[in-house]
Amino acid sequence: MNPAVLVGVGGTFGALARHAVGERLERKHADTFAVNVLGSFLLGAIVAAPVGEPVALALGTGFCGAFTTFSTFAFETVRLYETGRRRRALANAAGHLAGALLAVGFGTLVVTLTIA
Amino acid sequence: MTTGRTHALERAEPVILVAIGGFAGAILRYALAAGLPDAVVGTLAANALGSFALGVVLYEARLADMLSTETRLIVGTGFLSSFTTYSTFAVQTASLSPAWAVGNVLANYALGIAGVLAGRAVTRGMIA
Repeated sequence: MNPAVLVGVGGTFGALARHAVGERLERKHADTFAVNVLGSFLLGAIVAAPVGEPVALALGTGFCGAFTTFSTFAFETVRLYETGRRRRALANAAGHLAGALLAVGFGTLVVTLTIA
Repeated sequence: MTTGRTHALERAEPVILVAIGGFAGAILRYALAAGLPDAVVGTLAANALGSFALGVVLYEARLADMLSTETRLIVGTGFLSSFTTYSTFAVQTASLSPAWAVGNVLANYALGIAGVLAGRAVTRGMIA
């Protein structure tokens, strides 16, 4: 199948899943943090797993790429800062980074231990 | 029942709009990365451009409120949120050497936040 179509189909489901999480998690900013950490865990696992190119394109580039979002994270961080919640803005920026990097490492570890 | 169908369609509409936007956003991110010499640069470009455009859309919602809910769903929640990515940024950062990893984090954060602020400035300029 055309690689762009694989990415597009994966991206469709990634965007829908993110939208569904946003509808269910009412707490402000918790939904963006949840999708970004969960999506980073999944992508870490997919990159470490012995999957073929089509799966990597559909699930990795498409689904995980679209499920997680940088623009919403950046917007929410700026909004926190400009509405006077500067410490929460910094915590949001640092928390996303730490959470996502740990999730990538954890996803890689889970796959490595499972295969070994 | 006509009314029941209308309600079902009304419930389906946001889902369809997010799906269409998400499909296009993921493909454009993939095309951008393929067109640039390095995938890390592709992610940076998508995150910076997408943050700018989302800044325009979401500040427009706060300051002018002329775009429809449907436009915000297809462009913001669908297209731009799918075009930008945190997971690819995180995986690429983890794969870089420590010095490049720090540089990649600083570049994405600085350009993403600067993009949102530029979007805010553009929106303010348009409605002024």
